[in-house]
Amino acid sequence: MANFYSDNKDLRFHLVHPMMKKIVQLKEMDYAEKDNYDYAFLDFEDAMDGYEKVLEIVGDICGNIIGPNAESVDAEGPVLIDNEVRYARGTMENHEALTRAGLIGMSLPRKYGGLNFPMVPYVMAAEIVSRADAGFANIWGLQDCAETIHEFGSDELKDEFLPRFNKGATAAMDLTEPDAGSDLQAVQLKAAWDEENQTWLLNGVKRFITNGDAEISLVLARSEEGTLDGRGLSLFVYDRKDKALTIRRIENKLGIKGSPTCELVFKNAPAKLVGNRKFGLIKYVMSLMNSARLGVAAQSVGISEAAFREALKYAEERSQFGRPVIHFPAIYEMLRKMEVKIRAQRSLLYETARFVDIYKNYTSVSEKRKLEPDERNEQKKYQRLADVFTPLLKLVASEYSNEIAYDALQVHGGAGFMKDFPVERIYRDARITSIYEGTSQLQVVAAIRGVTSGAYLGIIRDTYEKESFKPEIDYLKPTLVKMTDEFEKCVKMVAAQEDNEYMDFHARRLVEMAGNIIMGYLLLIDSKREESYMNSATVFIGIARAQNRERAEYITGFNIKDLGMIKYNHDS
Amino acid sequence: MRLCLILRRKNLMYICHLIFKMNHKKMKGLKIIVLAKQVPDTRNVGKDAMKADGTVNRAALPAIFNPEDLNALELALRVKDNNPDASITIITMGPGRAAEIIREAMYRGADKGYVVTDRKFAGSDTLATSYALSLAIKKLAPYHLVIAGRQAIDGDTAQVGPQVAEKLGIPQITYAEEITSLKKGEISVKRRLERGVETVASSMPVVITAHSSAPECRSRHAKYTIKYKHARSLSELQDTSEDYLQLQKDRPYLLIEEWSVEDVGADVQQLGLSGSPTKVKKIENVIFTAKESKVLSATDKDIEGLMKELIENHTIG
Repeated sequence: MANFYSDNKDLRFHLVHPMMKKIVQLKEMDYAEKDNYDYAFLDFEDAMDGYEKVLEIVGDICGNIIGPNAESVDAEGPVLIDNEVRYARGTMENHEALTRAGLIGMSLPRKYGGLNFPMVPYVMAAEIVSRADAGFANIWGLQDCAETIHEFGSDELKDEFLPRFNKGATAAMDLTEPDAGSDLQAVQLKAAWDEENQTWLLNGVKRFITNGDAEISLVLARSEEGTLDGRGLSLFVYDRKDKALTIRRIENKLGIKGSPTCELVFKNAPAKLVGNRKFGLIKYVMSLMNSARLGVAAQSVGISEAAFREALKYAEERSQFGRPVIHFPAIYEMLRKMEVKIRAQRSLLYETARFVDIYKNYTSVSEKRKLEPDERNEQKKYQRLADVFTPLLKLVASEYSNEIAYDALQVHGGAGFMKDFPVERIYRDARITSIYEGTSQLQVVAAIRGVTSGAYLGIIRDTYEKESFKPEIDYLKPTLVKMTDEFEKCVKMVAAQEDNEYMDFHARRLVEMAGNIIMGYLLLIDSKREESYMNSATVFIGIARAQNRERAEYITGFNIKDLGMIKYNHDS
Repeated sequence: MRLCLILRRKNLMYICHLIFKMNHKKMKGLKIIVLAKQVPDTRNVGKDAMKADGTVNRAALPAIFNPEDLNALELALRVKDNNPDASITIITMGPGRAAEIIREAMYRGADKGYVVTDRKFAGSDTLATSYALSLAIKKLAPYHLVIAGRQAIDGDTAQVGPQVAEKLGIPQITYAEEITSLKKGEISVKRRLERGVETVASSMPVVITAHSSAPECRSRHAKYTIKYKHARSLSELQDTSEDYLQLQKDRPYLLIEEWSVEDVGADVQQLGLSGSPTKVKKIENVIFTAKESKVLSATDKDIEGLMKELIENHTIG
């Protein structure tokens, strides 16, 4: 019996991180619910044991149901019949198995039928599901919408919608429109208050909506007539039972074929307002997007893990020139790089999840009692860190998953190009991760703030650099310090031009330099708890140093005047 | 094993070849008992699987929930899905560590469990086992359904379920694949037979043995797993340094009860070796080896020769 949690020791390693004690303490509010719910945790050890047991269930279902179904789900895909999306047979089976095991709405409070899971184990579950089937992971992962309703909705709204998640309700977030993709401020779908029926009515078109025929949909719409920007947008909940939606079609996609991507037409669709008017984009969707980006990062790591395992297996089994191909430097280098990148992106994933956990848990505590001044400072500190780490993570993880899937297919040679091996599906599935929930280019736009504000530098210098490491690996620290100096110098050079476009031009290079330094430190820190990370840290820092040097070389050697040669001008 | 298929006794059963429509009327307070056994995992046999004397080396094999008992549990859970106030009680007989499979069943939705355990049970064959189990079941009367796996993978006898029914004096439906309807006092069950399926009805209480073609057991449920992970039997509590000793006192549902010979009121003579007429006469080690292969060409002559040979030795035809 395959188990995608217990067959991967790196997961447990990240689950039992020392910072969990604090996270769980805050999340469980000093274990206050233990006498109210027979499945509430008694203390820290009990909670950690509980997370692990639940992740074992996720690993079991993924290894024995979702993973084996992935191929047929990819081949069958969902179909549109009588204005209803019918999932592939395997998708139905997957969803039912997870619902039956109580694994929908995991992060919701117990009051609403949830398990009150912090982000770390919840994100881990998302990683495991994605390894089994990245397309299905979207359908499961959209339970994130519950979190948004929980965070911003009224009590009435919460009572109406939240308990449905644990019973298996599916969800969708309807943001994109034909003319509003990356630029959500341009959303046109209209929301108008119907005085007679005392409800909001939605009218308009949404496009590229994952799981568009979900039972519960969060819809971004223009509630303020005559406005043109993000401040005129509000967030609504639409309930499928109102049957006021036409599904025009299901898109035919390159990958994640099991996940239905729909074009929707709302016709006088009744809907309920989430939170306050005008906060739709600027507050709620921004928050929803942040957790969705964490979700895509988890999905990327899961895809990478799946790709790597396929490649490793193939390289061990396939013989050429009289021996398994894994013994050739060209192949083992690819494999080792994949493995090290997976460890690096995974460390960044759970570091970010911990930051999100701490600040969100402080927010929940603050609803019960006033935070002490130092608690409030911590909340702010971790919120800032989460804000700059999330886009960096999404950028790095999704790009890595594409690189890893590319190399995994390459290891298979000609066989990888055929439909005979799972790697071709994984390769297609990986491609979306650097596009949706904000393209890599948009992640850079968000992450560059971490560069210019000094937030990345701050945590590198004030926290990571202060760590001491095992003597046998401590020699790597000066390398990272030098890389940091180099990074700082580049940032100063670009900033000195005082030209926003120039900063944008070098932004990706600078963000990636910061990412490399941060991941280098994280692996080094990990090696304090687990010896095998010493190897990973050494290999990673070696590659990262060379990459950063190349970027630094380009930045320092670049003349701002040459930007014109790169730019496309309409008149040229 | 044909014996098990003979349906008999007081409550007349009728066999009908109609497929019953799903017909589950909700029944109040339905009590289901599932018999389960912890077995060595003979599906993953290593080189130490057998001892020199030809018996199973239990220590070398991981202990698992007998696969068809999991099918039995799933049948019970499906009844409970339709009748939320039904209760499922697991009974297992074995050493103290068999409490593991009770927890495993609780994680999936069972409500309670008993380990029938005593050194005096050691060496019991199917007759002595079914005697002990039937006494345990009687203690839990009144009950409506007793569901067991068809057979355990360590012995493959398929005798315990039918013998329990005989000892309880109630009807039995073996080789069950699906419970197609459940109304007050009557149950219909689809049976998987060698050459097809048949649906039979019976009064209740009844013993049902589940075939491996019955639905696979669902996975653990997150909430039940967290709720019951501290469930322990008394001997487990004594054996280990448990951190949550007080918990079983505060939450009685976390105590897995153990029943001894005295608890079930058994006659010691009918237990263990003295109560077990089965004697192992001889154990043979069978080693499968491949015989030499034959190479044939694609000529008509060779093909005809092969056809003749296969017809003569009754492989085909």
